Amino acid sequence: MIIGNGQEILIAGETCVADPSGALWHIATRSIIVSDLHLEKGSSFARRGMLLPPYDTVATLMHLRRVLDHYNPQRVIALGDSFHDAQAAERLADAERKKIVDMQQDRTWVWISGNHDPAPPHGLAGEMMDELRIGALILRHEPQSGAAEGEVAGHLHPVARVVTKRGSLRRRCFVSDGARCILPAFGAYAGGLNLRDRAFALLFPDRTPQAHVLGRDRIYSVALEQCYAD
Amino acid sequence: MRDHQLELLRHAHEGQDVLLIAPTGAGKTLAGFLPSLIELSAQKSNAPEGPGLHTLYISPLKALAVDVARNLEIPAQEMKLSLRIETRTGDTSASKRQRQRRDPPQILLTTPEQLALLLASPDSLTLFSSLRRVVLDELHALVTSKRGDLLALGLAHLRTLAPAMRVTGLSATVREPDELRRWIVGSPAKSGLVIAPPGAAADLSMLDTRERLPWSGHGGTHAVREVYERIKGASTTLIFVNTRAQAEAIFQQLWRINDDNLSIALHHGSLDASQRRRVEEAMAQGKLRAVVCTSTLDLGIDWGAVDLVINMGAPKGASRLAQRIGRANHRLDEPSRALLVPSNRFEVLECVAAIEAAREGAQDTPPARSGALDVLCQHILGMACAAPFDAEKLFDEVRSAAPYADLARATFDAALGFVATGGYALKTYDRFAKIKRNKDGLWRVANGNVAQSYRMNVGTIVESEVLKVRLVHGRPSAPRGGATQTRFGTLYAPTKLASGKSGPSAYTGPLRRGGRVLGEIEEYFLETLAPGDTFLFGGEILALQGIVENEALVSRARSDEPKVPSYAGGKFPLSTYLADRVRYILAHRGAWKNLPEQVQDWLNLQRARSRLPRAGDLLVETFPRAGRHYLVAYPFEGRLAHQTLGMLLTRRMERMGLKPQGFVASEYALAVWSLSDIGTRIEKNLVSLQELFAQDMLGDDLEEWLQESALMKRTFRQCAVISGLIERRFPGKQKSGKQVTISTDLVYDVLRRHEPDHILLQAARDDAATGLLDLARLADMLARVQGHIIHKDLERVSPLAVPILLEIGREPVYGQAQDEILAEAAAMLVEEAGA
Repeated sequence: MIIGNGQEILIAGETCVADPSGALWHIATRSIIVSDLHLEKGSSFARRGMLLPPYDTVATLMHLRRVLDHYNPQRVIALGDSFHDAQAAERLADAERKKIVDMQQDRTWVWISGNHDPAPPHGLAGEMMDELRIGALILRHEPQSGAAEGEVAGHLHPVARVVTKRGSLRRRCFVSDGARCILPAFGAYAGGLNLRDRAFALLFPDRTPQAHVLGRDRIYSVALEQCYAD
Repeated sequence: MRDHQLELLRHAHEGQDVLLIAPTGAGKTLAGFLPSLIELSAQKSNAPEGPGLHTLYISPLKALAVDVARNLEIPAQEMKLSLRIETRTGDTSASKRQRQRRDPPQILLTTPEQLALLLASPDSLTLFSSLRRVVLDELHALVTSKRGDLLALGLAHLRTLAPAMRVTGLSATVREPDELRRWIVGSPAKSGLVIAPPGAAADLSMLDTRERLPWSGHGGTHAVREVYERIKGASTTLIFVNTRAQAEAIFQQLWRINDDNLSIALHHGSLDASQRRRVEEAMAQGKLRAVVCTSTLDLGIDWGAVDLVINMGAPKGASRLAQRIGRANHRLDEPSRALLVPSNRFEVLECVAAIEAAREGAQDTPPARSGALDVLCQHILGMACAAPFDAEKLFDEVRSAAPYADLARATFDAALGFVATGGYALKTYDRFAKIKRNKDGLWRVANGNVAQSYRMNVGTIVESEVLKVRLVHGRPSAPRGGATQTRFGTLYAPTKLASGKSGPSAYTGPLRRGGRVLGEIEEYFLETLAPGDTFLFGGEILALQGIVENEALVSRARSDEPKVPSYAGGKFPLSTYLADRVRYILAHRGAWKNLPEQVQDWLNLQRARSRLPRAGDLLVETFPRAGRHYLVAYPFEGRLAHQTLGMLLTRRMERMGLKPQGFVASEYALAVWSLSDIGTRIEKNLVSLQELFAQDMLGDDLEEWLQESALMKRTFRQCAVISGLIERRFPGKQKSGKQVTISTDLVYDVLRRHEPDHILLQAARDDAATGLLDLARLADMLARVQGHIIHKDLERVSPLAVPILLEIGREPVYGQAQDEILAEAAAMLVEEAGA
């Protein structure tokens, strides 16, 4: 994956870059926004008897590290569901905890609360907020139907299924109609919801959104009609 | 009593395990039970209270278990035995199953999965300690799969529980009986062997069609009228085809010309189970003239009335064909009548090769498999559910199962570690362990949830993700099957085709549920469809309306031709044995005398225009056509191996700067097209074919490709389910909220990057060698052709290349990188915007 080869998109007049990594870069304030990291999802499943490979946290953090190394943001905003459950932060291995602390050096770090992680993560720095305004943007975890312009949210884990003569492909994507934007999930074990799901239709009742699909080395903007249900 | 039955009794009397090889109709199943019936009749005089389980019968099909149970009552009554003979399948009620564990019948008929469940229950020792005999039916079919691995492990444990138990294996003719004999007792020992005399030689022929033989395709539609005539001339006909799509198409076309209203039915694995049962019952009662079926009827209940078997399309393997032929005329003194109907020119060669093989009695059943690691993991957990175990003893027991005879202790320990804590190098799950080693050194389950989860997930058959197909908007269309319709209901009469041409109906309103369920269809097929697309299913042309939760909602479509002609390719690749014979026929003109004239003309033309390869050579042709440059190779190794070869070859060509654009694979050949004039480059020695086809493509290129291969991910998913890493999804419970399920594709990506040597990846790679990627066969081929690649640079397409070029547009074309799909979709957006 080539980080940095993103695509500029306008959200309520604010210039942002949708990066193929799944991060959103707000140029004016040098902010990186990532959503739905779901750290420690693997160990969360393990507690219930599904012993998934315990490398999801390290994979997600390595991915984030590369994004931060490229953009060197002044501020990082984790848009909620950063941890898979309320005890997830306590289960972090020391090495992973240290990776987060290192990334937090010399920059502002904001944890937006999500439905999986309503409380601040145990033993980690960073400011906990329900919402954050940046310019014309309003950042929150769960998108609200009928929200004002400028909402940037996550929660839904959008994926697009693109079908052409060559075949069919299912990939994570940004969804935006120019007024608001839903971010793809960033976590290694975060699943996806097809953007043909009703949940998206309710959010974009008036204007048809576009899918900005994550390719290996760039973003591909695809019309909604080009995306199919699963 | 027949000789082979007596001989089998003799082995049994001497206390030996025994393998009986007999053609269908030789009274094989009854023979398998004879020792049991005799022992039980001797027992009855001084039988104590509750004699316990004496004989266990295991078959791959639950329908077969039920049928055998019924048939067994007759000799038992004749011998005046008051026996309890019972079946135990997935359909048996919970209360009956419980009672069977407490108070077992003397004879229990069941399946490998049910055996695994019984062995994993805490009372297995009490249940099986009285066991004396095990009868394994259709063993040739069982041992080729992971179900066989599971059964072998179960059998090994049964021997521990009941050391006096003896096994009788029943099998059709196989290539290597010794492998089965070792399988029965656990290698390296061998069971006794009884071979029943073969029945009368089959009356076997290939349809000499009056029509023009198609160059390509697998429909066999050119021959439908001739097939119909043969059905009319026989009393009951079984028509075997290789894919469900083909079954649908042939069924539809037979009904199109069914002026005599013959009762012709359809049977394949996607149809609703109750509908399949109705067809089977109608068949048993002699009410049907013909059934169009897939391999779903390769095994099963004997139908004495079948007097003709028609195999449409490629026979794929000599043994497979022999078993299908055996479905006709189960009386041994009369020859089975069978007709082969090739659907294209290459298939003619395959049919001729198969007929010759059948006349010689040659067999090409697959070689013995080595036991799958995911099945081993499942078995270890099952053993812990039954009782605390000692790892040392379990290892010895597992090694006594033939498929696991060579299992290394380190691999066993890795499997044990996987079952306990996931077996990861990063040890973080000790506190979540599923099985634990106690102070006494024995392994036991950590809690009751583990055992329950095992019971829910037992078995090795991982169905593809399927969706129910539900008929909505069931508007009555044009008149349907007339008199037949009223007489046979919707059992087989398909929708009569409306003559008017109208497009698929546009969907306008909300979808209503509640229509009839027609059957199930694989999710990956539906992935290629868009709403409004039409396809054949259950003998009807349907239009996809939409997908709601786990159901595909469809309506009847008023169109003549389905837009999407097929789903799922043939499951079985051409056997290496038949491939060898086909290569031989091609190379030797003397062998052409049995070929139809039009095929001989075709081969003669190829000789004149290009050349025919010698049996050991790989012919590679290059030629320009319509602005592209083609490279066509003829390995004859089956579609799966060719697909893999195509993926790897195009990667390599890309690196050599040959600009490949795509490729298409068939059972016989592979065609790659590119922008660069590859033929000239080879001629000028700028590109070496030896290098292009070098074996090292199975190294780094393969690894790189596996990273993103959807086939590999599907393979991994099956291993993840069987090993117990993730839980099965059950219909009805499977609405996937993103929090409750986990995508195995994501797990695969993470595991591959962080612990590439993990046992589950090992299991998936083992599967890929023989499964969807057929790597083992590809490796053999690449080794075989080293130094034997013959290049022919041509000015235009050769006669031999025509069939594969015609597949373009019919078969999926594989591009270089998946992202091209996205690029194309994005380009369409740009176009739309008028940019």
